[in-house]
Amino acid sequence: MGKPSDLVQGTLDLLILRTIALEPMHGWAIAKRIQQVSGEVLQVQQGSLYPALHRLEQQGWIKAKWAESETGRQAKFYSLTTAGSKQMEQETANWNRLSEAINLIVQSA
Amino acid sequence: MMRWIEKSQIRLQMLFRRGHEAQRLDDELNFHLDRQIAENVAAGMTAEEARYSAMRSFGNPTELRDKTRETWSWTWLDLFLRDVRYGIRTLARTPGFAIIAMLVMALGIGSNVALFTVVHSVVMKPWPFKDPDRLVRLYEADAHGAFRDNSVAGGTFDSWQKSARTFEQMAIMGGMDYNLSGSSGQLPEQVYTATTSWNLFPMLGVEPALGRFFTASDDRPDANATVVLTWGLWKRRYGGDPHLLGQTVLLNAKPYTVIGVLPEWFTYPETRMQLWTAAYHEEPAERMQTHDRHNFDVLARLKPGVSIQQATAELITIQQQNRKQFPDGPVFDAANIRPIVDADVHEIKTALYTLLGATACLLLIACLNIANLLVARSASRRKESAIRTALGGSRARLVREQVIESTILSIAGGGLGILLAYGMLQWLIHIRPDIPRASEIHMDGIAALFAVGVVLVCGLLSGLIPALSLDDKQLLRTLQESSRAHSAHGRVRLRRILLSFEVGLTVVLLIGAGLLLKSYSRLRSVDPGCATRNVLTMSFSLPEARYSAPSQVTNFYEQLLDRIRSLPGVEAATLATAVPAEGHHGDDAFSIQEHPPLPKGAWLDASVRHIDPGFFTAMQIPLLQGRSFLPNERDDNTQVVVVNQALIRKYFPAEEAIGKHIVDENFGPRNKNFEIVGIVADTREKISEEPHPTMYYPLYRGTRNYASLAVRSSHDPANLALPVQKIFSDMDRNLPVADVLTMDQIIGKSTLNASFNATLLLVFAVLSLVLAAVGLFGVLSYIVAQRTGEIGIRIALGAQRGQVMSLMLNDGLRPALFGMGFGLLASIGLSQLIQSMLYGTKPFDLSVFVLVTMTLLVVSALACLAPAWRASRLDPVQALRTE
Repeated sequence: MGKPSDLVQGTLDLLILRTIALEPMHGWAIAKRIQQVSGEVLQVQQGSLYPALHRLEQQGWIKAKWAESETGRQAKFYSLTTAGSKQMEQETANWNRLSEAINLIVQSA
Repeated sequence: MMRWIEKSQIRLQMLFRRGHEAQRLDDELNFHLDRQIAENVAAGMTAEEARYSAMRSFGNPTELRDKTRETWSWTWLDLFLRDVRYGIRTLARTPGFAIIAMLVMALGIGSNVALFTVVHSVVMKPWPFKDPDRLVRLYEADAHGAFRDNSVAGGTFDSWQKSARTFEQMAIMGGMDYNLSGSSGQLPEQVYTATTSWNLFPMLGVEPALGRFFTASDDRPDANATVVLTWGLWKRRYGGDPHLLGQTVLLNAKPYTVIGVLPEWFTYPETRMQLWTAAYHEEPAERMQTHDRHNFDVLARLKPGVSIQQATAELITIQQQNRKQFPDGPVFDAANIRPIVDADVHEIKTALYTLLGATACLLLIACLNIANLLVARSASRRKESAIRTALGGSRARLVREQVIESTILSIAGGGLGILLAYGMLQWLIHIRPDIPRASEIHMDGIAALFAVGVVLVCGLLSGLIPALSLDDKQLLRTLQESSRAHSAHGRVRLRRILLSFEVGLTVVLLIGAGLLLKSYSRLRSVDPGCATRNVLTMSFSLPEARYSAPSQVTNFYEQLLDRIRSLPGVEAATLATAVPAEGHHGDDAFSIQEHPPLPKGAWLDASVRHIDPGFFTAMQIPLLQGRSFLPNERDDNTQVVVVNQALIRKYFPAEEAIGKHIVDENFGPRNKNFEIVGIVADTREKISEEPHPTMYYPLYRGTRNYASLAVRSSHDPANLALPVQKIFSDMDRNLPVADVLTMDQIIGKSTLNASFNATLLLVFAVLSLVLAAVGLFGVLSYIVAQRTGEIGIRIALGAQRGQVMSLMLNDGLRPALFGMGFGLLASIGLSQLIQSMLYGTKPFDLSVFVLVTMTLLVVSALACLAPAWRASRLDPVQALRTE
């Protein structure tokens, strides 16, 4: 599996949305969680993470709040908006459809 | 929906709290970095190692920050503002250039906005009446085309009103001078008064500012005399006193009740009209019923859906029936309709459009000049542009920077220009109050929009021309060049082309100005046919109420002349219903008794003047044959007439006229035969028109109770103004005089149009000549600087100074010559358009064209002289060393 920088932009968005669907997180935590849950396969670089986070915020899928983090410092926590969770459902469905189709071709060869 | 709210919130935040957000972003990234460092430390690295490792994995923080910020909304605004800051900084580095460019822009934009405002206000904006596009002016016309926009006769109006179906309403308007006096001991004055049918104001949709307008019952001969004031008169003479309503004023010594005041904006048809009265009450009944005396203007409102053609056709049918009913005399058999605004301005349209075209040329030249200067500047920054392009900068970015810079210049210049425009408009209104609808000229929303548009277009134009000339195919060459030499041939050609255009446009303006100037000087040198030096004139009218009998009128005239003639310094004094150059003052239809009868319905036409016996000698109009009137030829016992040469040429071309008789029915059926007793030389009613056939009747018949006085003096006639007016007030305290002007001033007034247009166009032409000369100078200096090395080699190889100089001169003059050729060709076509403004000058006037060509050659040569001379003085050693 390639490094996450090979991920298409939409896929990274999907990963972020699903990660913060469970609870609000700051950027560092999101990157760590994705790394963890994917079994150390996907490592999101800051260079793609933060632009993606800010873009999602500008588009209204996620909203941010500054709060005290677990270390005591202030951090920017992102959470899903209502529209964002709908978008997440849609993106998930798209991804499933896409990956199924690719699987069919890959496995039939 | 919710998403839209969130989005908008974010967008607002990004717009107004951008700095704060930037700070927050830094905090966020620092937090991440610190966590990474902490993780590294926890994994066993030292603090320093942890930091380095974290930062390495972090990547370029600036790039990260930029990439993140790029996702923010309003980024384009951020970049735009940054470009604007850069642009201002760059301009501030060369303040001289920036200031000159701004002034040039201000001039071009200002004059354009000013003239556009005039054209828009006068020609395009409709009067603020109800449904103004349905309002039209009706004229009588002749089916053979001899008369097109003739005034309407009272009886004809009546027939139209009764029979025409295509109009909702019609109203009739006439005008004459009244003596206004009475109330509060103010001096009497002559005011131009309009007479109108009662329904004019309701038809136009005008509401009174005070009081009321006429009703049908006011518009009858037996009604009480009522009058409506214009706002201007009400303010000026009565101080805006609201208690004036219901009081009486004296018009021609008769009492009129003031019933209302018009709103401030209402100055239709001209500001000269200060009072309104009811037509059918004022005018003698037979004037409102006759078909052959044409005294009125007619306004009408077309029915919805009716076109002007349909209405004209209907009127023509009615006219033809009128003609059948009254086959004799000047009864017209056709009609003409013009939309209401067009009726007033169609004579001045050409002049205004010409001036607007001239300012557009000036603006274009200004833009080209600035583009030229910017091209020169970008040429010197080619190295910088090349490096930026090599490092990955986009050409679009460079173009945008250039355009923003020129737009900043344009906006700054535009701001100044609008102030300039405002000043120009004030000056214009002050100096030309005779422009129709002058009171409507002021800058409104449309003018502001035009100004903004012009500013943007100028900025774009001046910026795009140099920007698009950037050539990144030359990239490698540019980077490889040694630092001092310049050799971008493409740039020079562009500058040459721009310069040719400039010169071409300048030629067009110069030729236009030249033609108008020649026209004006021809006009000014026209001999009106009478004495013009040291002649003072003024006009007055004797109110019928106090001077009802012809003998009273005649007595007044005689006494007046006696007393004035005895004043010191008076060489001669005379009276006439109008003096030469005062314009058209009425004509009569007549026939000649001794000639065979004219075909049915045809008539002869001549202008009419009533004069005292000493008129011709006083005005120094040569008497060619016969005699003038005798002092005892007065009242009803005189049936004599004097005619001018033009009448003889037209109607008695090959025969003796003295002793023959003119048949003029306008004095009543008993007195229609007049013996021709004298022939005088021609005079001009209008300076720009040929003399009209004219008949002179004795003023002492007493049938005209208004006259112009002309006093010829041995010294400055202005000294006589007060003594003469004192004589008037001695003879009749309530008699005002008006239009106290010398003959020179009268002629000046009648040529005001021509002189104004010529002067304005000349100013524009000279300005563009200066700009073009400066441009030429700049281009040639640039070329010389460019070719320094080459010139050095030439001189070193033995070229003479003179040869070098002529080489450079050729180089500089070539674009000028191209431009001149192109300009001359364009002028030949364009000058046809201003033909209607020319007098005694053909559009292709050889002397003007030659003069302009010579002027341009001389100016171009002078402009090129300095750089060429400098080139010839180059020290070849120095020149080659700078390589």
